[in-house]
Amino acid sequence: MKRWMSVLRTPVGLTATVLSIGVLVLAVVAPLLWTDNADAIDTDDILAGPSAQHWAGTDNLGRDIFYRTLVATRLSVELALAATVIAVVVGLLIGTAPYLLGRRPGRVVLAGTNIAVAFPGILLALFFAVIFGVGAKGAVLAIGFAGAPTFGRLTQTLVAGISSRDFVAAAHVAGVPRLRILFRHVLPNVSEPLVVNATIGAGAALLSFAGLSFLGLGVQQPAYDWGRLLFDGIGSIYVNPAAALAPGIAVLVAGLAFNLFGESVAKGLGVGVVGGIPALPPSPEALEADAPAAEQAHGSGTDLVLDVRDLEVAFPGPTGPIRPVRGVSFSVRRGEALGIVGESGSGKSLTALAVSRLVEAPGRVDAARLDLLGSDLRVEETKAQRRLLGTSLAMVFQDPMTSFNPTRRMGGQLAEGARHHQGLDRASALARAVDRMRAVRISEPERRAHQYPHEFSGGMRQRAMIGMGLMGSPALIVADEPTTALDVTVQQQVLDLLAAIRAAEDVALVLISHDVTVVGEVCDRVLVMYAGKIVEDLPAADLAATARHPYTRALVAAVPDMDTDLDAPLAVIPGRPVDPADVPAGCAFAARCPLATARCHAEEPPLEADGTGRRVACWHAGEPIDLEVDGSLLGRDEREEVEAR
Amino acid sequence: MSELRFEGVTVRYGATTAVDDVSLVVPPGSVVGLVGESGSGKSTLARAAVGLAPVCAGLITVGGAPVPSRGRRPLQMVFQDPYSSLDPRMSIGESVAEAMPRGAGRAERRAEVARLLELVHLDPTRAAARPAELSGGQRQRVALARALAGRPQVVIADEITSALDVSIQGAVLNLVRELQRELGLSILFISHNLAVVRYVATHVAVMRDGRIVEEGATDRVLAAPDHDYTRELLAAVPGLSTPTRSPR
Repeated sequence: MKRWMSVLRTPVGLTATVLSIGVLVLAVVAPLLWTDNADAIDTDDILAGPSAQHWAGTDNLGRDIFYRTLVATRLSVELALAATVIAVVVGLLIGTAPYLLGRRPGRVVLAGTNIAVAFPGILLALFFAVIFGVGAKGAVLAIGFAGAPTFGRLTQTLVAGISSRDFVAAAHVAGVPRLRILFRHVLPNVSEPLVVNATIGAGAALLSFAGLSFLGLGVQQPAYDWGRLLFDGIGSIYVNPAAALAPGIAVLVAGLAFNLFGESVAKGLGVGVVGGIPALPPSPEALEADAPAAEQAHGSGTDLVLDVRDLEVAFPGPTGPIRPVRGVSFSVRRGEALGIVGESGSGKSLTALAVSRLVEAPGRVDAARLDLLGSDLRVEETKAQRRLLGTSLAMVFQDPMTSFNPTRRMGGQLAEGARHHQGLDRASALARAVDRMRAVRISEPERRAHQYPHEFSGGMRQRAMIGMGLMGSPALIVADEPTTALDVTVQQQVLDLLAAIRAAEDVALVLISHDVTVVGEVCDRVLVMYAGKIVEDLPAADLAATARHPYTRALVAAVPDMDTDLDAPLAVIPGRPVDPADVPAGCAFAARCPLATARCHAEEPPLEADGTGRRVACWHAGEPIDLEVDGSLLGRDEREEVEAR
Repeated sequence: MSELRFEGVTVRYGATTAVDDVSLVVPPGSVVGLVGESGSGKSTLARAAVGLAPVCAGLITVGGAPVPSRGRRPLQMVFQDPYSSLDPRMSIGESVAEAMPRGAGRAERRAEVARLLELVHLDPTRAAARPAELSGGQRQRVALARALAGRPQVVIADEITSALDVSIQGAVLNLVRELQRELGLSILFISHNLAVVRYVATHVAVMRDGRIVEEGATDRVLAAPDHDYTRELLAAVPGLSTPTRSPR
C-alpha cells in the first residue's frame, strides 16, 4: 500500500492519477447531466462552427458536439474496460494453463500463445469484427481477444518465474493441490505487474476502439462513442475542424491518462523508494586533519600498497544518513595478505568497494586518507587514476557468472582492459590474455580464450576473473567472498591459486569472507569487522588460540571443524547483527556479548593497539568467557531477539 | 519412525543422467549425510524423493511403502535458501499451517502452529510476522517448523545452512540435532561441508557424477576414506593443516 502511495508523489504519477480519476468521474456524471443537451436536435443550426452557445459547433442534425463528446465518455470508457476485462480474463486463463496442465499440454498452450502473439493485433481485431459482426459487441470481443495473447504470455512468464521458487516447491511437497497453490502462492506474487499491464492495456483498448469506430467497424448509429464522433466529424473537417478535434482530444487525454498511470505505477513499484530523500551534506569528518599518528604502527610507509584512514561509507536513508562503514583504518603492505571477516551487514564488502571506487551514488565515501600506491583516491577521478586502478588493483567478486558479459568470448573480455589501460594492440592483448589464463592454470588457454563464459565451470570462471585482474601488473588483489559460490574442492584450488600468485608476484591480497576458517588459512593478518567498525586486528595464526575480542572468539567457536566435540552443542552468538540504520550507543556488540557491563552500553571502546601491533576495541578484551553451550542458550537467544525488536 | 530407502534410482533430464542407479538407506531414527560437489546429483536425488524430479527407474520407499506422487507425503524437505522458500506474502503462521494435515479446526491449528514455532525456538506470538521481518536463521527455523507440520516420518535437509552466515549456522545445526533426538526423525542431511556433516550425521554417503562412490559410518569414512574422491574432499576442508591421506 505504501509503495502504491509513493506513485502519487511523482509529478507524472500525480498528474496521471488525477487525469484518470477525472475521466472516470466524467464517464459516470456526464450522461446524467448532459444527455438532454447532447441529444437536442436543432435543425436551424446544422453543421455550425464553434460559437459561444456551441463550443465545438454542431453536427448535421444541429446537435452540440461538445456535449456529445462529454456524454460519449461513458460508452468509450465502458467499451474499453469491457475489452480489457476480456483480455485479462482470457489472458489469465491461457497464462496459467501451462502451470495447471503440466508439462506436455502446457507446451501446446505455450506454442499457441506464441503464434497468437506474433499475429498483428489489428489484423486479429479486424478478423474478429468480421466474425462477430460490425457493432459495439463485435468490437469489444475483437479487441478483448486481440489483447489476450499478449497478456497471456506475460502471465505465463511471470507464473513460470514464481513457480520455480522454492516456496512453491515446498507447498507442493506439503501436498497442497495445484489450483490452491496457484491462488494462494503464485497469483498474489505476480499481481502487481499484471495490474500495471492491465491499466496500460485499458489505455491501448481505448485507442483501438476509437480506431475501429473511426473505420466504421465499431459503434453504430444512433449510439456514439469518441471514435464514432471522430468518424462523423472528419467529413466536415474543412467546414468545422472542431467537430473532429473535440473527440480527438478526448481520446488523446483519456488514452494518455491510462497509459501514464500504468507507467508511473510500474515505475513506482519497481523503484521502491521514490523521492523525499535529502541529499547528503558534506561530512565534517572528511575535513578534519589526518588520523592520530599512533595508528601508523604498521610499516614504514614506503612499502604500503594501500593506506586507509577513517574510511566512512554513507547512504541517504529516510530518517538521515545510514553509515554501514563507520571509520575504518588499516593498511596493507606489499605482498601481505589481509583478511576481513564479519557477518552480513558488517560493512566488509562496502569497505572493499570503497577502496576500488565502486561505491555508486547516492552512496558517499569519506576518508581522512585513501591512498593506493601513494596516490590519493579521494580526488576527482582522472584518467591517470583510472589507469592506476585499472592496472594496479584487481577485484574478484563472489559470483563469477555475473562478472562476465555472457555474449562475448573470454579472451576478448580479458584483453579489453589491457587494450584500454596499457595501449596494447588487439593481437598482443589477446596473447597476453592467453598467457594470463595459463598463469591461473586454465587448461588449453588458446582454445578456452575463444569460448563463452557459460562454457566455463564456476571454478574456472573464478580463475578467469583472477586472470583478468592479472592482465596489468596488480599490486593489490581485492577478493570479495571469492569462494562462497564454489564447491569445497574448487574453493581450495582458488585459494591455492591466490596464495601462489601472491608468492610469485609479490602482490598484496585483501580477502573478504564471512568464513573465519577460510581467512585464517590464507591470510597473515585478520581484521574483524562488526557494525561498520574494526573490532579486532590480529595475526591470523592467533585467531584460534589468543583472540581477545568476545565477538572474534564467538565467531571462531561457532564454526564446526573436523575436531569439534560431537557431544556438545555448537557455540552460538545470541541475538542478531546490528542494523546499520540503527546503531546503538556504546559498544555495538554489547547486546550480544556475554562480558557486557554498564560501561559497554554507554561508552564506545576505542580501537587500541598493544605493544605487538595487535589492535582490539573492547573494554573487557581477553577476559575469560564462560562459554555456556547447553541447550538453554538457544532459548535465551530467541528471547533476546524478540526483546531487541 | 520409518526408514527412507532409495533402490536403483535413476533420474534423467533429456540426455543427461543426473542420478545414476543410486541405492541408499536412511535407517529409522538416524541422520545420514550426503556430500558431494554441485552437479553431483545430491539435490536431484532429494528432489526425486519428494516428487519434484522425475524418477526414470528405481523405487523410493518410506517405511516400505512407495512415496505417493500426489497429496500428502510421509516425508518433507527443507530447502537451501530461506529467502526463497517462504512465500513473502504469507505470514509465517499461515505458511506453517498450510503444511498441516487437513481437517483440524481453527483453534486447533493455531495451537499447533504455536507448538511448532516453540519447538524451533521461535516466539509463537510472532506467527503473524511476514518472512521479511525475520533474519535468515529465523526463516530457516520457520522452514523447519513447516516441514515438521506435515508430521513427516522422514525429513530431507538440502544444504540448509549454506545460505546462512557461519554465526547463525551453529544455531540451526544445534536445532537439527535437538529435533532429531526429541522426535526420533530419520533425516537425509545434504551438505558440501564435511565438518557440518560430521557434526550432525552418524552415516555419510559421498556422491559424485550421479553415483554414490563411498558410504559408511561417519567416523570411519572421515578417518580412513577408501575412495580417492573422499580424500580429495577431506583435503579441501579449510583450516585442516594436514591433508588426510591413507598410506596405501
